Amino acid sequence: MTEVAAPEPVATTHRRLDFAASLKEAGLAALVALALAVPLIGFRVVESNGTVGLTTRFSWVAIGVAAVFFGRLVLALSRPARRQSATGRGGARLAPLLQFGRRYARLIGIFGVGLAFALPALATRSVVDLATTVVIYVMLGWGLNVVVGLAGLLDLGYVAFYAVGAYSFALIAHALSLSFWEALPIAGLCAATAGILLGFPVLRLRGDYLAIVTLGFGEIVHILLLNWTSLTGGPSGFGDIPRPSLFGLVFAPHAPAGYRTFQDFFGVDFSPAQRIDFLYYIVLAMALLTNLFTIRLRRLPIGRAWEALREDEIACRALGINPTTVKLSAFAIGAMLGGFAGAFFATRQGFISPESFTFIESATILAIVVLGGMGSQLGVVLAAIVLVMAPELGRAFSEFRMLIFGAAMVGIMVWQPRGLLSYRAPSLRLGQRGEAAP
Amino acid sequence: MSAPLLEVEHLSMRFEGLVAVDDLSFTAEERAITAIIGPNGAGKTTVFNCLTGFYRSTAGSMILHRDGRRFRLDRMAGYRIARDAGVARTFQNIRLFLGMTLLENLMVAQHEALMRASMFSVAGLFGLAPYRRAERAAKDKARDWLDRLGLLDSADLVAGALSYGDRRRLEIARAMCTGPALLCLDEPAAGLNPRETETLNELLLAIRDEHRIGLLLIEHDMKVVMGISDRILVLDYGKKIAEGTAEETQRDPAVIRAYLGEPEREEAGS
Amino acid sequence: MNYLLQQLVNGIALGAIYGLVAIGYTMVYGIIGMINFAHGEIYMIGAFVSLIAFLALGAIGVTYVPLALMLVLVIAMVFTSVYGWAVERIAYRPLRKSFRLAPLISAIGMSIFLQNYVQLLQGARVKTLQPVVRGGFVLVAGSFPVQVTYLQLFNVALTIALMAGFTYLIAATPLGRAQRACEQDSTMAALLGIDVDRTISLTFVIGAALAAVAGMMVLLYYGVIDFFIGFEAGIKAFTAAVLGGIGSLPGAMLGGLLIGLIEALWSGYASTEYKDVMVFVVLVLVLIFRPSGLFGRPEVEKV
Repeated sequence: MTEVAAPEPVATTHRRLDFAASLKEAGLAALVALALAVPLIGFRVVESNGTVGLTTRFSWVAIGVAAVFFGRLVLALSRPARRQSATGRGGARLAPLLQFGRRYARLIGIFGVGLAFALPALATRSVVDLATTVVIYVMLGWGLNVVVGLAGLLDLGYVAFYAVGAYSFALIAHALSLSFWEALPIAGLCAATAGILLGFPVLRLRGDYLAIVTLGFGEIVHILLLNWTSLTGGPSGFGDIPRPSLFGLVFAPHAPAGYRTFQDFFGVDFSPAQRIDFLYYIVLAMALLTNLFTIRLRRLPIGRAWEALREDEIACRALGINPTTVKLSAFAIGAMLGGFAGAFFATRQGFISPESFTFIESATILAIVVLGGMGSQLGVVLAAIVLVMAPELGRAFSEFRMLIFGAAMVGIMVWQPRGLLSYRAPSLRLGQRGEAAP
Repeated sequence: MSAPLLEVEHLSMRFEGLVAVDDLSFTAEERAITAIIGPNGAGKTTVFNCLTGFYRSTAGSMILHRDGRRFRLDRMAGYRIARDAGVARTFQNIRLFLGMTLLENLMVAQHEALMRASMFSVAGLFGLAPYRRAERAAKDKARDWLDRLGLLDSADLVAGALSYGDRRRLEIARAMCTGPALLCLDEPAAGLNPRETETLNELLLAIRDEHRIGLLLIEHDMKVVMGISDRILVLDYGKKIAEGTAEETQRDPAVIRAYLGEPEREEAGS
Repeated sequence: MNYLLQQLVNGIALGAIYGLVAIGYTMVYGIIGMINFAHGEIYMIGAFVSLIAFLALGAIGVTYVPLALMLVLVIAMVFTSVYGWAVERIAYRPLRKSFRLAPLISAIGMSIFLQNYVQLLQGARVKTLQPVVRGGFVLVAGSFPVQVTYLQLFNVALTIALMAGFTYLIAATPLGRAQRACEQDSTMAALLGIDVDRTISLTFVIGAALAAVAGMMVLLYYGVIDFFIGFEAGIKAFTAAVLGGIGSLPGAMLGGLLIGLIEALWSGYASTEYKDVMVFVVLVLVLIFRPSGLFGRPEVEKV
């Protein structure tokens, strides 16, 4: 990309007019900022001993308004220069980097997976624990990606399937005395069924309505978990969840009757890290399977139908595709994947409660998918890493996390709606000169 | 004398007081190109929308005959009309999947056959032979169409990269990939230059001759209509005002009146 | 019987609040065809601004209740409208030409942002306000007297007044005509010289102002607010808008009333824990069986 240098202003009157107009623009922006800042930033409601009072923070208001004023001024003044040189909106500057990334995507992916497998050997126990959380969110992100990214259905209640997976796993394993491995597929099935039940009545709806209704479903599930105490244990949650074992080897200081412990079998000392590592490898394997599964589905007619439906539902109908069954399949598969993640979450914690399954979770997973680029596998991974790691970097980040994510979602939509890393690779190719590619 | 491919009888479409199609009856034959023409607002696209299930007609029946079976189009859901009865269509403002490649567009059109072969994705997931065969066959069919359109080199480009004329032809190819019995084309020549219109005519005539299929065409471009139609149906204000061959229609006074209006009246007193 | 009447009274008062918020949803949907997810947060901001205004007025010695009410009303409407305007400008206007999901996602992001914005600035704990409007009268005497509080009367009266003024605005003024024109065909309206951007902005401003009134009402009514009230009320008000027929103003008001009644009756006769579930169920049923709602026009798909 060649850049055109900003030309010198033709006459000084030009420049003065520009400055005046920019001042006015900045002034108006500052005025709006003032109106926004005075009530909620300028004042603070404080509670003390049951009564409320008011404190003022006008210094903050002044700082905020000044920042807006000068920021807008700079923006306005630099606009002519920016218009000359930019070849496109923000993404243009990232483009060469992204192209590099695409070409070596496979390599990067392999390297990343290798690093992930080697992690327990390279890092401390707490890092592995954190990484386990990251991978759970990656799984959830890939699952929601099927619904939102591929099929284009805005599901705001994805946490419902996560919860169904977790609770059905915990309750059924407890009721039927099943192990983790036995109960896992059942949890997935329950979640998929929930996806079909929830999806069936509402998938005819337009995007906006679908979003709100799925949001409502997420809330209903949450309320049911809280109040149906006899089934779910209510707010105090549910424990007594089976832990996974390695072909019958138990990861604990002592094994129950009839079982051997891991450390006993391999002749090593017991260490809590063994279980943490084991859990990490389980979720890593689950995530990789999820990834392979979704990539494969994308290349099949069902995956293509999802994407076609996202592009143009009317055209799909004209081609004989039943939109409802296609949407239902996306919903059900996305739900199943979320259910698997939920089951793992339950077994890792050993205890589940409704607190973990709120709208915030749905919003977080959606943020991961959106920020990572809807449809992009790698993007989801990066977004999940950022999301989970950020609060660890400091208390400030932890408090501001959702604020930043909300702003980032707006920002991404305005600046680069397809997300930072989204590039759609065709699901199949014809190859060179008509030769069919394998 | 076998039944016509499509029989439309007393079709009416009313929108809250506005009658878009009024008691329309006509037929369309296999291996024939039937054109529907008429001034703007005559109800032509409405007829298409009724035929293809996007509107539920207020009254009347539409019957498609295929392989000895009868399909009551007015009682079927839109996607079933395309899938089971075999009525394919193109749209006035081209509805390609612009973010997907040409090949993918043509593969989506073969969704039904591929889904069955993949046994709802199970065979596909494990790469079983029946699915692989079906996918290869579908790719071959797509390749043949792309080759015929001269777009083979662009097979892996996104449809959004095509020129307008190429997009129009690709949409037709995509409709053909569904293996239809009746192909409905909504203003396929709109926006094409004379050379592109010639190519379009050749394509449509070839489709008519090579496939057991009937074509139904809405068009304003008279070069296309008069050049390739076997039968012409003229609508005005939702009613049929003429039906016949190209020559007959051109000479029909009702048609002339509809397009050109009444001849100017003399001044009062003469 | 009296118990039923009491629930009805409560339901109407609650319905006024939902109706005012529902109008914001329905107007925005009517003019730009999208659900303003952040509208619930605007209502929440209205409640907070009202609280701060009350406290500030109290601090400077304004204690005459009617005056305080009027002042708070104006202050809340003005400042909340600026928020409504800003949300549209920042999160929706740039996305008018974008793909279908973009404004929705942006709206959700904005909703999350505003919730956390208020949470961080004002603290996560609930805020309370001493009752401002006290007292009431007995409508029907008996062993279970049916009581109507002055606050309830005030809320309903204020809502009726606003509705009347608003209906006049839409029907008879140039702004109202411009709005109706933009709802029908914004391209044509623009060609006829209507400033579509400004009309849309004004729509958001009006919606925000009404939501602010609702926020003030809920503050007075329950005496307790927190940063999360927008989320719940938002869904219910949206349900009200859909029930009444999205795009229809009288529908929004009627829908609000119905939702308020449903909620009051359900928590009066069945259980309070599941009252929110009840409202969602209503939403799903309406969307499945009568998506155009009571007063809405069924959408005809343009192909």
